[in-house]
Formats: sequence, structure tokens, C-alpha cells
Amino acid sequence: MAWEFLTVYWREMIRFVRFRTQLFASLLQPALWMAFFGVAMSSNFSRFASAIPAPAGVVPVDYLTFMAAGVIAMTTLFTSLFGGISLLFDKNWGLMREMLASPMPRTHIMLGISLSGITKSFIQVAIIMAFGLLLGVQFFPGFPAVQIALSVLGIFAFVGVFSLGFLLFSSTISMRLESPEGLQGIITLLTLPLFFVSNALYPIQAFPPLLQVLSIYNPLTHLVSGIRYFALGNDFFAVGARYSSTTADVLGSFAYLVIFAAVMYLLARRTFQKAVVT
Amino acid sequence: MEGEDIIEVQDLEHTFDGFAAVRGISFTVRRGEIFSFLGPNGAGKSTTINILTTLLPLQKGTVRVAGYDVAREPGRVREAIGIVFQDDVLDRDLTVWETMEFHGRLYAIPRDERRRRIDNLLRVVELGPRRDERTKNLSGGMKRRLQIARGLMTRPEVLFLDEPTQGLDPQTRMRMWEYIRGVNVTGTTIFLTTHYMEEADMLSDRISIIDGGKIIVSGTPEELKNTLGEDVVYLETEDNTKARESLRGIGEIRSVTESPRGISITISADGSHCLPRIVDAVRGAGIGISSVNLKKPTMDDVFVHYTGRELRDEGA
Repeated sequence: MAWEFLTVYWREMIRFVRFRTQLFASLLQPALWMAFFGVAMSSNFSRFASAIPAPAGVVPVDYLTFMAAGVIAMTTLFTSLFGGISLLFDKNWGLMREMLASPMPRTHIMLGISLSGITKSFIQVAIIMAFGLLLGVQFFPGFPAVQIALSVLGIFAFVGVFSLGFLLFSSTISMRLESPEGLQGIITLLTLPLFFVSNALYPIQAFPPLLQVLSIYNPLTHLVSGIRYFALGNDFFAVGARYSSTTADVLGSFAYLVIFAAVMYLLARRTFQKAVVT
Repeated sequence: MEGEDIIEVQDLEHTFDGFAAVRGISFTVRRGEIFSFLGPNGAGKSTTINILTTLLPLQKGTVRVAGYDVAREPGRVREAIGIVFQDDVLDRDLTVWETMEFHGRLYAIPRDERRRRIDNLLRVVELGPRRDERTKNLSGGMKRRLQIARGLMTRPEVLFLDEPTQGLDPQTRMRMWEYIRGVNVTGTTIFLTTHYMEEADMLSDRISIIDGGKIIVSGTPEELKNTLGEDVVYLETEDNTKARESLRGIGEIRSVTESPRGISITISADGSHCLPRIVDAVRGAGIGISSVNLKKPTMDDVFVHYTGRELRDEGA
């Protein structure tokens, strides 16, 4: 087993903590989403939602708690989509040549980048959860300590595999593009549909049929479902809709994300093996 | 192992979108020598070096480096070579030590060995006290030295230097030459590309002049300059006309012209070998000599002779 990808990881993490502005921005951004968008929306939504009472025996969940899962998912999406950008800079500044001319297998470049992207996502998710608790997000309602620990692991597993898929996607795009502006454009183009055609901020039950179908194929929907399953339980009521899910549903979502990541891996590997950078 | 060819290139061709950057070149580099590719920007030097270092895929021809075929065993080639790239290829935000550490880890050098080599090499290139400095704060010469140290870290059999002194001031350049010679003395073969005449002349054991994707001529710097056959000996004597007559018997003399104070003798062979006989002949005729000057052609003259134009620093 070769461990050179840890070298790429090591350098990425040095950069992460060294670029202070970027570091603070990436940590502050999700907290700001929670603080402003979350609080503003929840004060509105909770007013409407209270008109539809939760059925007996189902846990009612307030909007802030509901959307906290969405903010976790969205932050992971952004961070992962931008995760490959350092490859673009490496390529443009000639640094990529050092790695490509070394005996290190090329797949290790994308593995190192992915591992560092996942680490960054984990840090952000931990911050959102901690900050959410301060704002009044009620994750893990009535869970015993062991279940909370397992749930946190479950959330991280979902975030990890989702993040991996989009990091590999971002790496592939970055290796094929010439300019950071191009990547920026593609990311902007992708984020809107991915984010809004999903269950991140509102239930998809009320979507028109076409959007509903699209949202089911959206990896973000599966990430959000997984996070909610672990954070809120398998049967809860939020924004006027009941969410009940079985273990099979959650495993299905996880499998979907694993397949997505696997396809992205194959795509990225092909790109890296054929890459010519001089 | 001495005298063996460490780089063998046969009929190498490379085309970018219909533009032929390298048009059928063949050459060999012997183990332990300093070999230079001398030519203007755009001559095909970088393309060749990129193919030799496996950064560009081989299109046509055969290339063996350190005994391995670049197309079939690029991994082996990569393990055997070190590269110092043309422009400063350094992560601005890593420190000097981290730059070295990163490189050593890329090549999977075990930790203790790696740290030892880093300490040694930083001492050699006099960057030891700067080990915790970020590379963006280094001067141009320091950056280049760091890259040479990095290139040497893996103890390569061949070190590729792509325009190693481009953009450096003359003093720093001279010091870089000393480092490069020092590296070569320890047994590392050096392949360097340059568009500086005096650099190729000062450093190389052998030079290939490359222009328009083709090798125009190859040889040692002396051979190249001597083949021009235009060494000029300038003499000031007591009697220039008589001195001129006394030289009739020397076959290598191509022409003699008299100037107001002395005579210029153009020689078709190596002037340094001819000069003693010229002096003997003039003295033998009883004519006193007050001044002797031998002017050998420079690499500039060589380049102009073979390509029909001057090699200018195009500033790229």
C-alpha cells in the first residue's frame, strides 16, 4: 500500500490553516447561514406550520432544526465543489508538474485532495452542529447518549461519501479546465438546481411531478435525508409534512451516494491518468 | 559504468496541433557529463526536456533515460531523474523545509533518511538558516538554489535543468554555475537547456545546438568553436611586412592582413596549436615581437555560423 496521498493531504491542510482569510470565511459562512437565513426563515415558517398540527405520536420539529440539516448539506456541497480548485492553481502555477513527474501514482493526487476536502467538510459540519445548538436547533430529540454518538457517526458517514463524490467531480473539472473563472461558472450553474431542487429547505412532497422526480435523483436530497434520519429520527413532522423513513430507505440513500462517488472516481481516474500538464 | 550512454534519443518527433516542435532529433548523453541543449526560445528545447522527463507523452521515436524506455516504463524513469523547472515552481506559502519535505515524501523516502538529506542539502545550497522562511520571501537566486536542492534530494542519476539561470543577475548566475559543477563532480549527469551562449560554453562537456526543432550541430565547446576555423592571431612586430613573409611555410594560415600597427592572421585550424609555430617562424626570421593576441570564436560566432542568425535573448 502506498501512502503518498497523505503527502498531498498534508500540503493541502497546511494551506488550509495558513490562508487565514479563507479559513475563517469557511468556518464563519455556515454559521452566518444559520444565524441569519435560519432564524429569519424559521420565524416565518413556524407561523404557517403551526396551522397544521402534527399527528398524534409524531415528533414535531421546528423549522430551524429542519433546515439545519439543509445547511449542513449545502455547506458540504459548496466546500466539495470548490475543493478541486487548488488543482487548477497548481496546474496554472506549474506546481502540478512536480507531482506528475514524481513516481507517485496519479490517483493519489485526487485522493489527497479528496481526503483534505472531506476533513474540511467534517470541521464545518461540527461547527454548524455546535453553533446550531446555541441557536436552539434541537437535533437528537430525546436520544440517549449512545444513540447520539452513533447518529453523529452516521451523519459524518453521509457527509463523507457525499463530499467524496463532489470532490472527485470538482477535481475532474479542474484538471480539464484552464481557468478558475471557468470552474466558478460551472459551480454557480450547478449549485442553484442542486440546492433548490432538493429537500434541503422545504419538503419535496409539494413539488410539481417533474421537479419531484429530479429531486429524487439529486444526491443532495439523499444527503439531507440521511442527515435528518440520524439527527431527527425515523418519524417526525416538519413544515406541514410527515417524514417517516425505514432503515432500507436510509441504506438506499447511502448506496446511491456511494454509487455516485464510485462513478465520479472512475471519471476522475481517467482524467488524471490521461492528464498532460507542461 | 563510465562512458556509457545514460540518455539515448532516436528520431524524436513531436507535433502540437499540426505544429512540428521537434522534427527528428537523435542524440546521446554519456553518464557523468554535463550536456547542453543550446538554442533560442521556441527551438524545441522544452518540448524535448518534457518528453525526456515523461511530462509529455512520446509521439514518435525512441527515448531511453537511465536505461528505461520513457513510453513503456515512465515510473522507472521518474524514479531515476531530478528536474529543476524553468520558472520558479515553488509553493509560495510553504516554507523552505516544507518544500523539501513535500518532495521527499512524494518519492517515498523514509523519514529519517529524508530529514538527513534535507539538512545536508539545505546546508549545501546555504539555505539552512532560512528553513522556516516561506518561499515567497526568498530572493531569485535562493529560489533557484532551493529548487536545485529539491531536484537533488532523490539522488537522481540525471538532473534536468531547464534554463537554470534565466532571469538571474550575473553574480548569482556565476554562483549557480559553481553549484551545478559541484553537483556534477559528485557523479550526477546533467542535462541542461539554455539560450545563454556563455552558459553552455562555460558549463558543458558537450553541446547540441538546436534550432527550429532540429539539432544543427553537436560537439564539445572547443570542437564547435574550432570547426569554425576562424581563430585569429594578432601580432605586433618590429617589421610587419617581413614578419608576414616569414609565415609563408605554415599551411594552416588562411589569410594575413596588415593593419597600421600589426598583422592579423586567420587560421583554419586550432589557433592555440598554431600559435607557437607562428611565433617561432617570426622570431626565427630575426624579427622581434612586441605583442601577441589569440582570439578564438565565441559560441555566439558558432551559433551565427550554423544558423545564419544571431541568438538573442527574446526575454521569454
